[in-house]
Amino acid sequence: MSNGDRKQEQTADEKRVFLESGIEVKTLYTREDALAGNPQLDAELPGQFPFTRGIHPLMYRKRPFTMRQYAGFASPEETNERFHFLIRNGQTGLNVAFDLPTQCGLDSDDPAALGEVGRVGMAVDSLDDFERAFAGIDLSKITVSMTINGSALVLMAMYFALAEKWGYDLSTLRGTAQNDILKEFIGRGTWIFPVDKSVKLVVDTIEYCARNVPRYSPVSVCGYHIRESGANPVQEMAYAFCIAKAYSEETLKRGVPVDEFASRLSYNFDIYGYFFEQIAKFRAGRRLWAKIVREEYGAQKEESCWLRMIAGGGGAGLTKEQPENNIIRTAYFAMVSALSGTQTMALCTYDEAYTIPTEKAAEIALRTMQILTHETGVCDTVDPLGGSYYVETLTNQFETAIRQEMAVVDTWGGIVDAIASGKVQEAIAHQAYQRECDIQQGRIVKVGFNAFYSDEDRQQISFHPYNQEAADKQITRLSQIRAQRNAREVDEALGTLRLDAQAGKNLMPATIRAVKAYATVGEIIRVLREVYGEYEEPVFFNYA
Amino acid sequence: MKVLLAKPGLDGHDVGVKVLAHALREAGFEVAYTGLRKSIGQIADQAQKLNPDVIGLSILSGSHLILCAKMREELERRKLNIPWIVGGNIPDQDVKSLIELGARCAFPSGTRIEEVIRYFEGMKQTTG
Repeated sequence: MSNGDRKQEQTADEKRVFLESGIEVKTLYTREDALAGNPQLDAELPGQFPFTRGIHPLMYRKRPFTMRQYAGFASPEETNERFHFLIRNGQTGLNVAFDLPTQCGLDSDDPAALGEVGRVGMAVDSLDDFERAFAGIDLSKITVSMTINGSALVLMAMYFALAEKWGYDLSTLRGTAQNDILKEFIGRGTWIFPVDKSVKLVVDTIEYCARNVPRYSPVSVCGYHIRESGANPVQEMAYAFCIAKAYSEETLKRGVPVDEFASRLSYNFDIYGYFFEQIAKFRAGRRLWAKIVREEYGAQKEESCWLRMIAGGGGAGLTKEQPENNIIRTAYFAMVSALSGTQTMALCTYDEAYTIPTEKAAEIALRTMQILTHETGVCDTVDPLGGSYYVETLTNQFETAIRQEMAVVDTWGGIVDAIASGKVQEAIAHQAYQRECDIQQGRIVKVGFNAFYSDEDRQQISFHPYNQEAADKQITRLSQIRAQRNAREVDEALGTLRLDAQAGKNLMPATIRAVKAYATVGEIIRVLREVYGEYEEPVFFNYA
Repeated sequence: MKVLLAKPGLDGHDVGVKVLAHALREAGFEVAYTGLRKSIGQIADQAQKLNPDVIGLSILSGSHLILCAKMREELERRKLNIPWIVGGNIPDQDVKSLIELGARCAFPSGTRIEEVIRYFEGMKQTTG
């Protein structure tokens, strides 16, 4: 057994406690502490600007948070089966995972896709795959959330093309796309084009949706992956807000009024970390974002100021060692999420640190959220921690700290330049290294890994096998589509896309036309790559 | 001693490889890192250009067997005699197969940094 009691060797008097954000925790908090940072404390109410206590007056009394697990199904057929299953069971939403070739804009028969087709999610090459995935589904009754970034323009175009083809009115179509490319350069890595061109494509989708698909949420800004890459909770919020501001400001430049798009932007944040620090992070974030949208962009509508979020995951807080402990960890994370007033929750499964979730693990994650909702009473009243001297003080400190971190990004020339030059990535990677050293040397305790473990605990991991047969089938289907479609129509549509890209036009209409002609993801991305070029990662390590 | 760290395939998990790069640099190694999503051909190009003493592949997507088979082919084709190792999300039962494919060693995620550094230190002594 190792010793995890290091902290207790000191007496309470001399022990100093710091949070990940660097904020020092006092032994005791009083009303004076809470009021010092926010004289308006007593006047804050949920459903009222600046929404510290929640964006709705009734919150979970009206409706508990949505539970939306991330799930990957290798083929359009399996995805379709799952949709039908969910609808039969009364669910109305599905979070679709795509395989890496689709996410990176490659067709299934691309040499670089070898061994990856359908591995971590659904393989999509052409509109034909969407037609099979959504066969028999009423698109007006279901919301589809697509975890797609680098090639989001194409996948969103496919969804809209499908809806149009099937006779739905785009003005009523609902759904969400992750489509936050700036965070892909920091973590996750499915970038394709240079940073500025990548932002242009995101703004194309926001503009197109504001004008044509107003109920669709075109972007979910992800602090999540930034945090998973090593950012502390303050940086997570600060960088996410800087990114959201970058998209917003470019959209405003296109002449789209803030109240026509701001309410459709949402956030995806991480929930691992210290319990109260996380809750304060969300409360402060909600307050600060509301102020930014109102004060900097002059939003009139209340909804424009809402920080709507999925607060979930927690992957970086889990361990591969003694994986059952992760069930306990995610239950605490889920509690954080609920006490923070999230709109949607999704939990990493206990086995997610080392494999694609097994069905059993996925079920436990769902049950964890259901137990929280139905057995603990956590949804009984709005913002139950509001008024806690500690939480309110931390909330105030976090608002200040996030603002300060955003000012640091300004000194780097703004978030777009700071990402293009690799400054943000470097800062985060250095921090990830420091944290790993702290874990390896026991300064940060991870139960079952660096404390309270025994040698026989080594986990044998079972692996998700690769389905070569399904991959081959997908590739066959792709060559059939290429043979069946009208080649002239495809060429013309891709030609228009190229011209529009060269002319700097909004590319959504030309992309929708191309996917309707069954141009593939790879073909469309190739045209754009020829016009825009490719992102080159800054060199972070090289020989002297 | 010069180490070339590389990310083959489409997998975007690069926290671990960057942590290792930092640790190796601090332990006195010269470290170069290819960045994400390199083909095995591109990694071999880099190896020919930089002439490292060892190549470390970081693979977390589960496609390590496919990618390492390609690595072996590519190095043989170019007659490049550079030792290479693999790290990442690797089940124990695959370690033997990876060694058979030509990897000197395979470090599953969760391996302590000092253990990896010790391994490189050992290589330094044998390569001089």
